[in-house]
Amino acid sequence: MTSRDLLIQLTYLVASVFFILGLKSLSNPDKARRGMNQAAVGMLLAIVGTLLSAGIITYEWIIVGMVVGTLIGIPLGTKVPMTAMPQQIAISHGFGALAATLVGVNEWIVNGNGAGIDHGTMVALGFETLFGALTVTGSLMAFGKLQEILPGRPITWPLQNATSLGIFAATIAMFGWLIVNPANPLAFWLMIGLALLIGVLFVLPIGGADMPVVVSLLNSYAGLAAAATGFAIGNNVLIIAGALNGASGFLLSVLMSKAMNRSFGNVIFGAFGAETVASNATSSAGLAVRSTSSEDAAVQLAYAARVIIVPGYGLAVAQAQHVVQELAEQIEKRGGEVKYAIHPVAGRMPGHMNVLLAEANVPYEKLLDMDEINPQFDQCDVALVVGANDVVNPAARTDPGSPIFGMPILNVDRARSVIVLKRGMSAGFAGIENALFYEPKTAMLFGDAKTSLARLVSDIKTV
Amino acid sequence: MNPTTVIQLYVFVLAAFVGYQVISRVPPLLHTPLMSATNAISGISLVGSLVAAGSGGAAVSHILGCIAVTCAMVNVVGGFAITDRMLKMFKRAKPGDAK
Repeated sequence: MTSRDLLIQLTYLVASVFFILGLKSLSNPDKARRGMNQAAVGMLLAIVGTLLSAGIITYEWIIVGMVVGTLIGIPLGTKVPMTAMPQQIAISHGFGALAATLVGVNEWIVNGNGAGIDHGTMVALGFETLFGALTVTGSLMAFGKLQEILPGRPITWPLQNATSLGIFAATIAMFGWLIVNPANPLAFWLMIGLALLIGVLFVLPIGGADMPVVVSLLNSYAGLAAAATGFAIGNNVLIIAGALNGASGFLLSVLMSKAMNRSFGNVIFGAFGAETVASNATSSAGLAVRSTSSEDAAVQLAYAARVIIVPGYGLAVAQAQHVVQELAEQIEKRGGEVKYAIHPVAGRMPGHMNVLLAEANVPYEKLLDMDEINPQFDQCDVALVVGANDVVNPAARTDPGSPIFGMPILNVDRARSVIVLKRGMSAGFAGIENALFYEPKTAMLFGDAKTSLARLVSDIKTV
Repeated sequence: MNPTTVIQLYVFVLAAFVGYQVISRVPPLLHTPLMSATNAISGISLVGSLVAAGSGGAAVSHILGCIAVTCAMVNVVGGFAITDRMLKMFKRAKPGDAK
């Protein structure tokens, strides 16, 4: 090893350590920024280290790529609004995966279309291009759904699982063929083509409400593609960063699935919400909801000692996070205490609601996750539900026939009184009736979330 | 399986293990920044892309490498910028504020 190689390897080692420290710092909101800045320094070191390597002869293509990438990256990093974060992150998984795929394709081409590649390296290259390609199209589909270019509802077709499994099996067969004979252009290109198709078929049948799982899973796949790149080109920093990324995405998708009381398999093959379950139609028959006026709701909130706000995706859609914070300030001015109850799948990606509320200047101590806040509903005077539905549906606890039975929910029904802000009486994403809305202690305030909240703010001032 | 591959597998498994341990401590509060942070870190594919783009080999390498460098660079620049932008927003209540 020359001293130049040693120096390069040292930058990779330092980068790996900084990446781990950066992720570790995310366990504490006060230290997270510093930790992530450290990780960025690690990245810079790894880039400089690589540029010093003897294998790099020409720089013009590198400069073009870096300049263009930076020009695209800066507006993505600084301009995209927080509400658009899920689609922004979904498309970024695609970028990462595309880079890994192209490196793999290039590696295969420059080694005489696979002729100079041994079986072991082909395994790594195969994983790299396979995971990479399916993540590229999968991310594009997820982006399309989140950006509402594609319909958010699950798209299904006849014999869906059979065709998907068939294509999956064909892809694995091509992969196996390639490992036996790496210099096989037909198998190589067919495998990539099929993997691209898998990405599309994998995301299309998954509904908008299940996107947190998909985005997490794509995060994991992008990581695995990067790790496989590391194996293929013999680079440890890629293996380490890819493994970190893969573990993170995997863990998040497990957490998200748990929060929805669904298995991976169910999310991926279930096409949840495709058919509305009939068993619950009975619960609403003959029951009436109590609707309230903004003035009455404002009085109720003004004299409450403990208020818990339950924000759902509807809040983000209505861009109402700033108004909700204004309302909270008004309640606090009158001596009430306000907390926020955040369900793990509120929003369109893990933790999305926290970011939206933090942006609206809600101090993070007031953002409590489900396990922390649930015991506090018993002492809560008013629970204010804004644009949330399934995550506050008591049927998840009480009705074994309900499709969401067993899903962990926020115990809003245990609060002394409940105010629900809702556009109308339509069922939630899962198409399930919500018994909470028919309880005597629940008052419904109909209308657009943002308009209703703004009226509450002005009404509460006059109380 | 050659010895290098064995060492690579050790590195992968141990890193995944460390990652799992470290990330399971990240509170749900910061799950979105976590995802954008891992996204930024996955921009490390840049290391492979740079070698492809600058290898001085065939034209196809330059083109594939150049696109790969662009994609990875987008993630590095965009990912770290957006993570920082998000983390900046997570503040404690100011002592002077109403309770």
